[in-house]
Amino acid sequence: MAIVNLQDVTYKYPLTDSPALQNINLQVQEGEFVAVVGPNGAGKSTLCYTLAGFVPHFFKGELTGIVEILGKESHNSTLSEWVLNVGLAFQNPFNQISGAKYTVFEELAFGLENIGIPRDEMKTRVADAMKLTGISDLAERSPYSLSGGQQQRVALTSILVMQPKVLVLDEPTSQMDPIGTREVFGVVRRMAERGMTVILVEHKVEWIAQFADRVIALKDGQIFLDGTPAEVLTSPLLQENGFGVSRYTSAARKAKAIGLWKKEELPVTLEEAVEGFSRANAGRVV
Amino acid sequence: MMKIEISDLRFSYPNGVKALDGISLTIDAGEQVAMVGQNGAGKTTLVKHLNGLLQPSQGQVLIGDWDTKKYSVAKLAHRVGYVFQNPDEQLFSKTVGAEVAFGPKNLGYNSDQIQTLVNDALTLTELADKTETNPYDLSVTWRKMVALASIISMDTDIVIFDEPTTGQDSVNIARIADVIVELRKRGKTVITITHDIDFCAENFERVIAMSQGRILLDGKANDVLGQEEILSTTYVEPPQLTRLGKRLNFDQTVRNEKEFLEVLKRGDYR
Repeated sequence: MAIVNLQDVTYKYPLTDSPALQNINLQVQEGEFVAVVGPNGAGKSTLCYTLAGFVPHFFKGELTGIVEILGKESHNSTLSEWVLNVGLAFQNPFNQISGAKYTVFEELAFGLENIGIPRDEMKTRVADAMKLTGISDLAERSPYSLSGGQQQRVALTSILVMQPKVLVLDEPTSQMDPIGTREVFGVVRRMAERGMTVILVEHKVEWIAQFADRVIALKDGQIFLDGTPAEVLTSPLLQENGFGVSRYTSAARKAKAIGLWKKEELPVTLEEAVEGFSRANAGRVV
Repeated sequence: MMKIEISDLRFSYPNGVKALDGISLTIDAGEQVAMVGQNGAGKTTLVKHLNGLLQPSQGQVLIGDWDTKKYSVAKLAHRVGYVFQNPDEQLFSKTVGAEVAFGPKNLGYNSDQIQTLVNDALTLTELADKTETNPYDLSVTWRKMVALASIISMDTDIVIFDEPTTGQDSVNIARIADVIVELRKRGKTVITITHDIDFCAENFERVIAMSQGRILLDGKANDVLGQEEILSTTYVEPPQLTRLGKRLNFDQTVRNEKEFLEVLKRGDYR
């Protein structure tokens, strides 16, 4: 059975006329790593809020259809029950930091305190999570003295430490340096391999292609494409509809038009591009 | 001519964290520079010295003939505009129009001039239809555009963008690139901090890589972006097509699609 089950989900924010999400049907299996891409305003964050229960419990508005996680429906659950299964890292880490704690270590323990985890276990879980995301050296810093990228790691860690069954990440690396971004993708991948279900909103196509199992393209609140990274990310429909594509795909598409890319399918990752272009050039006199 | 001259700049935060450790740097009037480097490298700390938000612990920052130590932030705002990384730290007005008018109003422009500057900035950022909207009713991506517009309207010689493409889709990134092209045409100095290395490669001729409060590399984009090993020490990877070119044994560093396709057409690789 799917761990996440959305059926005919349509949602309107209060005081708005047009729905932010429309007829969303989405089933995600346990341990699946799903990336969500889409232009600004496509409904990506709203989808995150819906999965995390903020829609409708916090934002109110009008939600129809079924939002079910682990067999429980969100409208029959309270937000405090819901957060035990689903964790959301916000797009803007600044909005997530409690403001009630002086150090990163305490900040990371905040969620665990609220669900009554014993002190020793709390310490171990926080220390382990910091190690996992590479922020052990920030333990004693104030959450507000950190750079944007460091704050993002703290925000992500504060969710991981809760060990949710479903991890929802809204552009968790938007302020991170490139290698930091790849590391975080690696951490998220490992969490998925351990059985955590991941739904990640991202613009960074190259890393999605390399790490995710499945990609959903959202547009105007609807699912536009849903498939493997290779299927979705090389679709000719993406570029013309305002979606980002990897430079490998874009360059290969142009090369194909002039006969310098011989393969049928276009590349999304560096390795696929190297392979395809090397072959195209094989046999040519250099 | 509004040259920026930074000499032996050192800065420590009150908690003792040493953020800048001897920066010397000259940026000529009208130059377009991208700054890259790992989180915590000191990029934001450095640019906050240009408009006086931070004062050197040691060393000197000159904006034209002004030593930032001798001028207030309000005064420096005549020469340097700074777009924050997080728009929510910057925006406070009830409407987009009022927000974008705030800067030029404070710089002492008369109402006609303000109107012209505001209209220009709103057109450039494609916000003209949102003049009456409350910035906080917009998505964060559009709020970033409002933040950008509210600095462009100040018409300063130097404009600093801190992570302008964060969370933006490809359409808005192209829009921001267009804004930078337009500012270049107007002779503005543009300094952009970015982790989006492909955006950096496609829009800037000069790139500065920082690491641990120092300048690691500074030069022409192709020279800097091709230094894979050195860049990796500051958690930066070369652009996608630069990496691809290297793997294909291209005889030169390429950084954008045009350069990549040119080498490809020549067939001068393995």
